[in-house]
Amino acid sequence: MESLQLKSILRDRISQPHQLIEVLQDIQESFGYIPEDSMREISTTLGTPLIEVYRVVSFYKAFKLKPSGKYTITICNGTACHVRGAKLLLDQAVNQLGIQSGEVTEDGLFSIENVNCLGACALGPIASENGTIGHHMTPAKLRKLIDLLHTKEKEKAKNASAKH
Amino acid sequence: MPRLSTREDLELMEKRILHDMKKINKTLIVCGGTGCRASRSQGVIEALNKELLEHKMDSKIHLRVTGCHGFCEQGPIVVIEPDNTFYCHVKPEDAHDIVIKTLLNDEIINKILYTDPVSGEKICKEEEIPFYHMQDRQLLYQNHKVNPLSIEDYISIGGFSALSRVINNMSPEEIIHEIKVSGLRGRGGGGFPTGRKWKECREAPSDEKYIICNADEGDPGAYMDRCLLEGNPYLVLEGMMIGAYATGAQKGYIYVRNEYPLAVKHARHAVQRARKLGLLGENVFGSSFTFDVDVARGGGAFVCGESTALMASLEGKVGEPRPKDVHTVIDGLWHKPTTLNNVETWANIPSIILKGAKWFASKGTKGSKGTKIIALTGRIKNTGLVEVAMGTTINSVVFGIGGGAIDGKSIKAVQTGGPSGGCLPVDKFNLPIDFDVLYEAGSMIGSGGVVVMDESSCMVDVAKYFLEFLQDESCGMCTPCNLGIDRMLEIVTDITEGHGTPAQLNLLEELADTVNQTSLCGLGKTAANPVLSTLNYFRKEYEEHINNKKCPACVCKTLIEYFIDSEKCTGCSACMHVCIHEAISGNKKEVHIIDPVLCQKCGICKSECKFEAIRVK
Repeated sequence: MESLQLKSILRDRISQPHQLIEVLQDIQESFGYIPEDSMREISTTLGTPLIEVYRVVSFYKAFKLKPSGKYTITICNGTACHVRGAKLLLDQAVNQLGIQSGEVTEDGLFSIENVNCLGACALGPIASENGTIGHHMTPAKLRKLIDLLHTKEKEKAKNASAKH
Repeated sequence: MPRLSTREDLELMEKRILHDMKKINKTLIVCGGTGCRASRSQGVIEALNKELLEHKMDSKIHLRVTGCHGFCEQGPIVVIEPDNTFYCHVKPEDAHDIVIKTLLNDEIINKILYTDPVSGEKICKEEEIPFYHMQDRQLLYQNHKVNPLSIEDYISIGGFSALSRVINNMSPEEIIHEIKVSGLRGRGGGGFPTGRKWKECREAPSDEKYIICNADEGDPGAYMDRCLLEGNPYLVLEGMMIGAYATGAQKGYIYVRNEYPLAVKHARHAVQRARKLGLLGENVFGSSFTFDVDVARGGGAFVCGESTALMASLEGKVGEPRPKDVHTVIDGLWHKPTTLNNVETWANIPSIILKGAKWFASKGTKGSKGTKIIALTGRIKNTGLVEVAMGTTINSVVFGIGGGAIDGKSIKAVQTGGPSGGCLPVDKFNLPIDFDVLYEAGSMIGSGGVVVMDESSCMVDVAKYFLEFLQDESCGMCTPCNLGIDRMLEIVTDITEGHGTPAQLNLLEELADTVNQTSLCGLGKTAANPVLSTLNYFRKEYEEHINNKKCPACVCKTLIEYFIDSEKCTGCSACMHVCIHEAISGNKKEVHIIDPVLCQKCGICKSECKFEAIRVK
């Protein structure tokens, strides 16, 4: 399945090295990260040396080398959010989930991203959960959001085991 | 829909759309920009649609979902034309009343009217709201008029008539002359005269030339480009087409941040529709002009706002800048002559063609013409996007349009121009928004971000914030930027942690000068600005950190302490339960205390306390 998806992304871009970033964007979108195998495939299809593919993947923030958690908590660290206390939001996410920004929790449920600006500056500070923007956030609101997601997952697991 | 092969086709289409519009009595405008979406405007749109259908009004009332209106703080926003009744903070459950009361019976719903935070009065009409009427919204007002996914809406407000005019009546030289006379300067931060850039590209010998729209809005705290591309993509596209015709380019790129999914979607949609109508492609309006555009997504690197780094990125490479001995108008994308302008610059082009260079130059100051969109954010009452004539003072933006400080605090500074800009103190607020004046004052307009700071912001922390940002975003290629930012950050961190020395301030200034003089690209050359401007205008705050080990704004963690106000604490234990460091203790219904040794100063206790009993000293 995965290789089919990859093939369709690469289909119209054979021997077009300038399409590298567009290809990587599509792979990131489809897979949630850039798998090592895909980099090899890209290298041969586009005709870009593997080391250059890796260099580009590691240079741009948009590309991840590892899959993210099921829920990505993104904290905006733009200037407008910063002066309204965005740092405390990051502290809260880090303290509550026990991981640093860029990491994934052991159960694979959560990851934290600390980004430069989401462009919703008038509504800061911003924290988003899988792209859904939460505005005027406070550490307390974020704590409740993460708690809620945890409870949701626990209930799901409970229901699943009850069915068995 | 048929192709628009001649200017007459376009005029006929405009007439037909305007004729169809006459059947519409009222238009419900709902903001669907990123800001209002964050405030859940999608639910409002669905509820309004449902009500209109239920009351069989969907043929008489037009519901237009538009891009950003600028007043994001008040979202979701609904405006009803033709009276311009303005409703804010609208919820899905208000949809019924809006349809029955306002649309059917012209009754105003007080509950969702805007309350002026200064006078406390309710205001009915959009243009009477101080936030709007103090502006000069030449570009932003168009966002109200168009659904970004409808090329018909854009044509109904005269869209593509500027393109039609240049192709049929103007030579490339005449266009360039017009842009030069208008005095338009690049809105992305550099402020380079647009007409001059076009002229140099026009004159560069090559049969292959490119146009680039820089929508890689990386400045934290600025989002006007997102708003324009998201809300009115055809306007930007038309500007690019005129630029291509004037410079002789055949191919264009919109390089847009991937963090702006809606802008990517709308830009792509606009390109596809324009191709279908024959506005992009071969022989536009039956002329020999041939031009096509692709949308490319940026990879999230701040340095790609720099023109040569952006071009490298478009070529599929790492976004590293290169020396600009030969300018990109001669040696640009794939070493071909390339005209790169920012979104807002392109958006200004069609009106300059239609209304004339004189009209444009009548606004603004001697060296800075036209209007500028500003992202007004931070510690202020009215936040959002505002458009003012160049030359408007910072005072009128911050205290007039912005309504002044919040929470009874007093404003002490604005940060303008993003990481390349600087901080200006209140006594400089009489300065006009002008490329050259702000530059001389140690800051810059940049892309137009204005972040307001009050006494709760620590200026040393702000300098540290920008250095951390730049350290993270420096591509690392040239040493002065790479190592210089590291060393400056070390010093500023020392100061915020209470072990700075007075001698370090001089060292900081020296370092800043070296980084400025010797870095390769704009990122490095301006990296020291936030440090230099805060050091220049807020030296006392640095000295307070160094000499008295105190952070006057109570921000720098090492120098502050959380404590519980015994008069306000009710002993509810809410703080104790959320503190994962077990730093809070106390019996139920008794005053609690914070152990300063265990406390990690994460602020969750303060945020959870309903009685404002937790304070910082």
